[in-house]
Amino acid sequence: MTDIANTLTIDGRTISFEPGQTIMQAALAAGVFMPHLCYNPEFKPHGSCKLCTVTVNGRPQSACTIAAMPGQEIQSDTPELNGRRRVLLQMLFVEGHHFCPGCEKSGNCQLQALGYEMEMLSPHFSHFFPDRGVDATHPDVMIDFGRCIMCELCVQASRDVDGKNVFALAGRGLASHVVVNSPSGKLGDSALEVTDKAVEVCPVGAILRKRVGFAVPIGERIYDHDPISVKALEPDEA
Amino acid sequence: MHKPRMSGRETTLSDHPSKGGNALQAILEKNHFNPTRLVQILREVQDREGWLSEITLTDIAQGLSLPISRVRSTANFYSFFYTRPVGQYRVLFSDNITDRMQGSTQLFEHMLARLKLTENQTSADGAVSVARTSCTGMCDQGPAMLVNNRAVTRLTPRRVDEICDLIKAGLPLSSWPNYYFKIENNIRRRDVLLSANWDPGEALRAAIARGPQGMLNELKLSNLRGRGGAGFTTAIKWEAARTAPGTARYVVCNADEGEPGTFKDRVLLQRYPGHVFEGMTIAGYVIGAAKGFLYLRGEYSYLLEALEAHLDGLRRSNLLGQNICGVEGFNFDIEIHMGAGAYICGEETALIESLEGKPGKPRIRPPFPVTYGYLGQPTTVNNVETLCKTLEIAINGGAEYAGQGTKQSTGTKILSVSGDVELPGIYEYPFGVKVSQILEDCGARDVQAVQVSGAAGICLSPREFGRRIAFEDVPTAGSFMVFGPKRDMFEMARNFAHFFAHESCGFCTPCRVGTSIISNIMDKIAAGHGTQYEMNELGRLTNVIRGSAHCGLGTASCNAIADTVQKFRATYEAKIRPVDFEPSFDLDKALAKTRAVAGRDDADAHLETSVGAH
Repeated sequence: MTDIANTLTIDGRTISFEPGQTIMQAALAAGVFMPHLCYNPEFKPHGSCKLCTVTVNGRPQSACTIAAMPGQEIQSDTPELNGRRRVLLQMLFVEGHHFCPGCEKSGNCQLQALGYEMEMLSPHFSHFFPDRGVDATHPDVMIDFGRCIMCELCVQASRDVDGKNVFALAGRGLASHVVVNSPSGKLGDSALEVTDKAVEVCPVGAILRKRVGFAVPIGERIYDHDPISVKALEPDEA
Repeated sequence: MHKPRMSGRETTLSDHPSKGGNALQAILEKNHFNPTRLVQILREVQDREGWLSEITLTDIAQGLSLPISRVRSTANFYSFFYTRPVGQYRVLFSDNITDRMQGSTQLFEHMLARLKLTENQTSADGAVSVARTSCTGMCDQGPAMLVNNRAVTRLTPRRVDEICDLIKAGLPLSSWPNYYFKIENNIRRRDVLLSANWDPGEALRAAIARGPQGMLNELKLSNLRGRGGAGFTTAIKWEAARTAPGTARYVVCNADEGEPGTFKDRVLLQRYPGHVFEGMTIAGYVIGAAKGFLYLRGEYSYLLEALEAHLDGLRRSNLLGQNICGVEGFNFDIEIHMGAGAYICGEETALIESLEGKPGKPRIRPPFPVTYGYLGQPTTVNNVETLCKTLEIAINGGAEYAGQGTKQSTGTKILSVSGDVELPGIYEYPFGVKVSQILEDCGARDVQAVQVSGAAGICLSPREFGRRIAFEDVPTAGSFMVFGPKRDMFEMARNFAHFFAHESCGFCTPCRVGTSIISNIMDKIAAGHGTQYEMNELGRLTNVIRGSAHCGLGTASCNAIADTVQKFRATYEAKIRPVDFEPSFDLDKALAKTRAVAGRDDADAHLETSVGAH
């Protein structure tokens, strides 16, 4: 078909890719970390958090949704792009309630880990303090809507893996929020089970299992010893 | 006490649960229990019930075998769907900068005062609620409002008073004076399209005579480019949709004219609906589609009845339906879908999502609609004006068409002119016309600025009035808002900042959060609390949002701010304070609740130090 080699460059480093891979997939497979939150290798790319925004031949693109093509020149780990990522993280922090010291997910949270990775020192912007509430009606699972980052991984997991459609995203703009598929709108009345993929997949502390809080103590958690840029490249880690 | 419904109907579904079930069933049946028609179903049900209760949403979900979360998701997305009770009269003031320039803010406050309401509050008797909405496309005859989705134009203090009286008397809209609802076409300058006098079907027959490939060739020769703003070559779009693999093909006419200051599609649909439908039919003929959708913005619902009647006429004269014009196997029909208050649905993939009954959030592109559009099938989405232009090409041929305008921007362009001009309305010019020419023709004097192509467009200062309207110079979807010497261009940028924060679909981080942060910064500057720090923040955020937003809405959301900061910096500097920083937190404002509890609002109840206290 073509004799052009399936290679591209990321920050000057040449890597090979398989046809059909996205830039994100090619990068991770080649051991190049690209910051991401809504992307999970097990699911269809969502492309909403925009942390993986890179420039492809000078144009900004989401690495998780754009196909890898021969000869692409990609910039990712640059002061300017990391500066943008820091602003995006700050936006996510002030949009919801992300108070790490009081969150059970601390140490296992990808938002927090990326905050460290991108050297985010403060939320910078004024907090929006949304009133999205908490739903603790389910016997085994709780959801703190204020921590949701609208990645829709729970929506995808529940629909495509669990076959249940427990979650959906509703609202518009800053009023976007997750809704639960049950007559009362409450988690307790939904088909969700604690073993569902949708419970496991939340990258932040929005969906939490009950009664297992701090079973793994702070200090021994996923991102406590190695940063997310290392953990994300380990084969068994999302 | 029972108040008559606005629609003139005396009953609601909720008044008669048993009958309500039947009415809902009838609406679902009429829509073939088809989940892709969810937006239409919600609109029809809400028209009867006034709002969409949780019980209603559950019934709809059951009727369509959809998860309730999906129905909530769609119902929650669109501005014109109400999941909480609203007034039986829902008054929405159009809040474009042109409405404001015509005094809408004072009228809005006047109405709230007369009805003793605050914004978004429903009166205790449930009769009325008053709020604001994005530009309703009546800029040449504003200030305008929507009452239960019916447009009322040319508001004056007197008219607002009369409307308050009609509302208090509980008179249904059908008994209100007709002239309230009169919508003028205001066609001021005609060129090829607006002066054409084609017979119905004439262009379609000409296209048929050329054959699908022949028509496509003429389209290529014409170099017709999309009139919705992006300027994509129509022939390439149609050819791609024609040749892409698929089990069905679709033609979509984008009549979700939401760009602030644009109203030319409204005039085309009101005055020349036949041209629009015929353009869609030609598209269907060329790409091999059997079905077309007209996606009409909710603000233009007053057009629906006439458009449906026109479609019926076309069916009767075999210009739609089976074996059109006697061509064996040429079957094509058109369905009208109404939007429900979402600017983002003007983005073609968001529009398709909405056509499928979902929230209007832009898809990831590629794939593009020409290969993966409505229901995953090849789809061409074209602007109203673009489709009208194909009639010219069918009749006169591509070469003649390309003789007008400039090399890269052939043909004519319709502009919607509003703002500080003597003759607001519709102007058709060949591409390449100078901005100064348009200003002269519409009677604009001492112009300070022109905002071309709406909130997402470009702001021109007088030194740029020699520039030309063309894709290669000043591209436009048609909006042309003129600002006189006394206007504050900062206020235009602030109005647009609010617009984008309100219309952001919420999908991607930079647009969802960034537009709200920007809008708050603009408010802070307007309140006299801004400093150079805020100016720097605007620049920094503009860079981030432009460099990472998911779709055109996001990337364009900072254009007006960037332009006005650059070209009208003095207006910003007059507002910012010569200190390094002022906190956003306003202690005096934070004490508002305490004052309300104490029943006081006198000067002594305010902090002296607060800059905001007037």
